[in-house]
Amino acid sequence: MQSSSTASPEMRPAIVLAEFANVDALLSAAEKVRKAGYKKFDCYSPFPVHGLDAAMGEKQSPLGWIVGVMALIGGSGAVLMQGWMSAIDYPLIISGKPLFSFEAFVPIIFELTVLLSAFGAVFGMFALNRLPSLYHPIFNSDRFRAATDDGFFVGIESEDSKFNVEDVKRFFTAAGATNVEVVEEEVE
Amino acid sequence: MSSAYADQKNVPIDAPLVLGDPTFGDITESVGVITETKAPVMWFLLVGFFASLAAVLGGSVGYLFWEGTGIWGLNVPVAWGWAIVNFVWWVGIGHAGTLISAILFLFRQRWRTAINRFAEAMTIFAIICALVFPMIHVGRVWVVYWTMPFPNQMGMWPNFRSPLLWDVFAVSTYFTVSLLFWYVGLIPDLATLRDRATTKVRKVMLGIFALGWRGSNKQWKHYERAYLILAALATPLVLSVHSVVSFDFAVSQLPGWHTTIFPPYFVAGAIFSGFAMVMTLAIVARKIYHLEHIITINHLDVMNKIMLATSLMVGYAYSCEFFVAWYSGNEFEQFAFINRATGPYAWAYWIMITCNVFIPQFLWSQRVRRSIPIMFVITIFINIGMWFERFVIVVSSLANDFLPSSWGYFTPTVWDVLTYVGTFGLFFTLFLIFLRFLPMVAISEVKGVLPAAKPTHHGHGGDDSHMAKVTAGNS
Repeated sequence: MQSSSTASPEMRPAIVLAEFANVDALLSAAEKVRKAGYKKFDCYSPFPVHGLDAAMGEKQSPLGWIVGVMALIGGSGAVLMQGWMSAIDYPLIISGKPLFSFEAFVPIIFELTVLLSAFGAVFGMFALNRLPSLYHPIFNSDRFRAATDDGFFVGIESEDSKFNVEDVKRFFTAAGATNVEVVEEEVE
Repeated sequence: MSSAYADQKNVPIDAPLVLGDPTFGDITESVGVITETKAPVMWFLLVGFFASLAAVLGGSVGYLFWEGTGIWGLNVPVAWGWAIVNFVWWVGIGHAGTLISAILFLFRQRWRTAINRFAEAMTIFAIICALVFPMIHVGRVWVVYWTMPFPNQMGMWPNFRSPLLWDVFAVSTYFTVSLLFWYVGLIPDLATLRDRATTKVRKVMLGIFALGWRGSNKQWKHYERAYLILAALATPLVLSVHSVVSFDFAVSQLPGWHTTIFPPYFVAGAIFSGFAMVMTLAIVARKIYHLEHIITINHLDVMNKIMLATSLMVGYAYSCEFFVAWYSGNEFEQFAFINRATGPYAWAYWIMITCNVFIPQFLWSQRVRRSIPIMFVITIFINIGMWFERFVIVVSSLANDFLPSSWGYFTPTVWDVLTYVGTFGLFFTLFLIFLRFLPMVAISEVKGVLPAAKPTHHGHGGDDSHMAKVTAGNS
């Protein structure tokens, strides 16, 4: 945040953040940003908005593949673990059954498949979303607090090759933003 | 369901999911403010009361560790008593939370948003209470970690062919996955509270637990996928957990336990009792915290219908057991069931039948389903009845098995009672802490079912902001 003290660090624009009135305005804005050729942008809303992925041109999340791999590790790991422990390392005869009695292993195979898949889903989602990341320049905006309450925002980031503060501001105003602000961050 | 009532007058065929046409901000406010303002005096009194009960649990468990399981009423032939009954009962209660959060999510029952957070919290605390019992029941509690396959100097591994070990894996997986599911659901709401926070402590604590959530669509994309996958994983998981719990009994050879109907019968019973507990809690909490517009009477009505349906399933299972016992031609099996209904534990059996089968029949009446006091009383009866179901299964089967010379009669001691009552202290203390410090309604999900959340010019997806669409799906 900008500070008036003399030691205030040098600031530079990080994101141009535009606020929109409702879901419809957000969707049409997202579509306009994509069609205008901006690449590094994101939309912000208090709940997932249906149709926004298509409007933004977002690809499907690859999370399913991560979970699939984890499920295979969990399931095959459970077979190997139980087989090796019960039939090789510590052979224990129970009711005269074969040592590798896989039928009895099914419940734990299932449980470990689910457990590792769930780890994959949660921690894979964290990794894809870069969570936890407690700092982000967008939090320098006070208005942005509404993004988790009732605000709908589109932000174009300074890393975008077409980024130019004045152009983006004009663009957003033309797209029907109710408020446009430049969010700054410290120059490192 | 609801379409059957379409021509009746006062049925909310198109009742909105959230009453009073609130804005997004109103939802944030009405849920968020509960965690931000000073707790009512009643809250402190309740926490004081239940924390004392939890201390009773601590004391009983401490004495158990000192003295051994002999302080309970257990003895041969009834070597599994209240501890196992309580374990099965508490785990069963947990099942409704997962059903609401996962199965209803997959079936696109969007009315669940009002109650899922609440029910998931109940699940987690119920599993904590459940887990207390098998752990303290093992006798030598200091070696309870031997149930885990870890390398050790004795060169031993656990016996993977034992249903009891399956149970260790099933319940611990269930707890872990439920906790993850709950936390993932909480992240956007913690971010909401973080952005409303006014004190330094709240900002820092909520900031850490919200993980830096920004509500960006690129985050929502992965988040929604993760939520869907977790729901898809939790659905078979919840069905498996009580199935595995039932294997503890069904895999044995005891008449009354050794039946193939147990897995589905246990799952139905679990959902039945869990819904009763969700209702008991929700009826009180919505009143105290003024959430009647979010957890509406329509929600309670739908939940009552689920209770009625699961009551019928449980009733069917009770009669099916008798039929199979007769049809099997096995006289031990036949005796086990006739003895349940007419033998020394007949009183428990008829409490079970009355509470679980007879009393829920009142729910056929729409007036009953929409009357808060009556449904509250019914849920209490169901909670009691389902405890007795487990008591009947566990104790009556063990007390009168094959040889009359080895029969016995189980009577609980004061320590059985105090331990059980103590778990209520633990459960409600945790629940009250949850109500006070965390958003008890899934804020972002409720916003997602408001009419204003639905884009008007993008033609995909129906309007799910009304009860009618939601319930018409299963008619």
